[in-house]
Amino acid sequence: MVMTDPNHEGRFGDFGGRFVPETLVPACEELEIAFREAWSDSNFVDEFHRILIDYGGRPSPLTECYRLSENLGVRVLLKREDLNHTGSHKINNVIGQALLARRMGKSRLVAETGAGQHGVATATAAALLDMECKVYMGEVDVERQELNVFRMQLLGAEVETVLSGSRTLKDAVNEALRDWVATVEHTHYCLGSVMGPHPYPWMVRTFHHVIGDEARAQCLKLMNKLPDVVVACVGGGSNAAGIFSGFSDSDTRLVGVEPAGGAAIGRGVPGVVHGMISYLMQDEVGQVQEAESISAGLDYPGVGPEHAHLAAIGRAEYPAVTDQEVIEAFQLLSKTEGIIPALESAHALAWVVREAEALQGQVVLLNLSGRGDKDVDQMMDVLGSGNDQ
Amino acid sequence: MERYLRDRRESGAKLLVAYITGGYEGWEAAVESAAAAGADAIEIGIPFSDPVMDGPIIQKASQEALEAGATPASVLAVVPRLDTGVPHAVMTYYNLAHHPGHERFAATLAKSAIDAAILPDLPLVESGPWREAASRAGVETIMLAAPTTPDERLPELCEASRGFVYAVGLLGVTGERATLASTATEIAKRCKEVTDKPVLTGVGIGSPEQAVEASTVADGVIIGSAVVRRLLDGDGANGVGDLIASYRAALDAG
Repeated sequence: MVMTDPNHEGRFGDFGGRFVPETLVPACEELEIAFREAWSDSNFVDEFHRILIDYGGRPSPLTECYRLSENLGVRVLLKREDLNHTGSHKINNVIGQALLARRMGKSRLVAETGAGQHGVATATAAALLDMECKVYMGEVDVERQELNVFRMQLLGAEVETVLSGSRTLKDAVNEALRDWVATVEHTHYCLGSVMGPHPYPWMVRTFHHVIGDEARAQCLKLMNKLPDVVVACVGGGSNAAGIFSGFSDSDTRLVGVEPAGGAAIGRGVPGVVHGMISYLMQDEVGQVQEAESISAGLDYPGVGPEHAHLAAIGRAEYPAVTDQEVIEAFQLLSKTEGIIPALESAHALAWVVREAEALQGQVVLLNLSGRGDKDVDQMMDVLGSGNDQ
Repeated sequence: MERYLRDRRESGAKLLVAYITGGYEGWEAAVESAAAAGADAIEIGIPFSDPVMDGPIIQKASQEALEAGATPASVLAVVPRLDTGVPHAVMTYYNLAHHPGHERFAATLAKSAIDAAILPDLPLVESGPWREAASRAGVETIMLAAPTTPDERLPELCEASRGFVYAVGLLGVTGERATLASTATEIAKRCKEVTDKPVLTGVGIGSPEQAVEASTVADGVIIGSAVVRRLLDGDGANGVGDLIASYRAALDAG
């Protein structure tokens, strides 16, 4: 197995750790102990899976893309996380964390969000489990994801606009951490990706493991073999970690696709921010750089430490695609399969399209991590309404 | 720094440390003015892009300093020329030490008239390699003890800390508060029970009265946001000097 538990210092190889203010160290330790106990308690695991099935809509289907496959010469299978309740894979993690928070006696959730998907999912879990919820969202993202802001409010969450720094996901994480430093006694920080201090990267991947497990079984049922390639988009990297974890012990090629403007692994060097040591886009003295991507959910200068490790040992590769390639892939899937993908997920497809020639005859499993409803407004601006390309 | 602060404590003084964001307009004069007004040591902030332990005031000063072009090198280059007569610490975030490498960053501090470093996002459990490198370069690492730090860890944390022990006065980020949190005296008391190093309370002290109250238990206080707010308000070095003088007088009067 390549994707194993982190070591006792919370590291995957050289990456990970617990670089948080002393105030939060006990909370991270308490969380780690609570998670270990809960995950070995069949009552907890059963309740988690029951909610994912009855409420979240799992298992998500595996969709064969006939027209797209013919178009590309590559057999493309989609893992349909877009069909989950709240429209993305994010629900797996938040149900897990909200149940854990309740078990720990915490009554309030705070979360950061970029595109709004994790914020909506957290607000949803908070409503379901009757918890207080506050979501931090950068001002830039509030503007481009207005609908998700209102969605969170409908669900009973308070949305706080973050005006500091680059006013995107990175700064929303900072603000959520500052909140948690002040409220740690009754609040759980429901982190949205496989990042942050130990045990988050490991815990969040574990809650998303269900994606990889289902996809592996579905592939075996459909083809009696595993796919040649598994591809997923990577911002922090939670959906990629989830699906990779079902295949990391096989020969399947693992590809995590970063946005060109936020290519932490592609362009970053090891650095420390948000509680972890991982690849990080930074300037020549170590100031964290602002990511710039068409998709708010991938607008993050760092990456989860396990991905940094998988890249360092050569088990997974992390190419980048441009915004333009993403826009084209977004339209392609919409028109050939009748599926409007999230801009984040369109990154994975953009890589398949670019590499189609090299992938001829292969089977590619693509994690369609979210649906594109939230991006329709933004794409209307990008493409112009009545666009007929 | 530790020897200097111990001597000051033994002379009967309550200790006063002033924090100023390096690179913010007028910071050099403010540092000198704070020292002249009675600060026992100066904490110089090296602005970082993601200051998670800081509240709005210091965030704003840091961001403006960065926008004005402040870098670790540009801030540190000025320090040896400052006329303070007291020890200097830097307060910054760990990535700025990690990026150039521990040895190089520690050496840069040492040759820039910096006696000690505070890295609030480097907790005890992750701090070993940095503390070793800093110590070899002759730079003391000041550790933070939080209200949530368990009793089992406190002796080890205080033992590891050099310069002084930074008792974090409340659950939260830097910034002035209307009243002194009860945690401020509790954590200082817990530290004092396990160490004879100077214990200074910071985070959340916003008035001379609160400083006096905190110092009934602690050996002194660190004043940050209240100082930086004077700079943000345009009160300049004189405003900072007047402020520090008011804290000094209150602490001396007990």
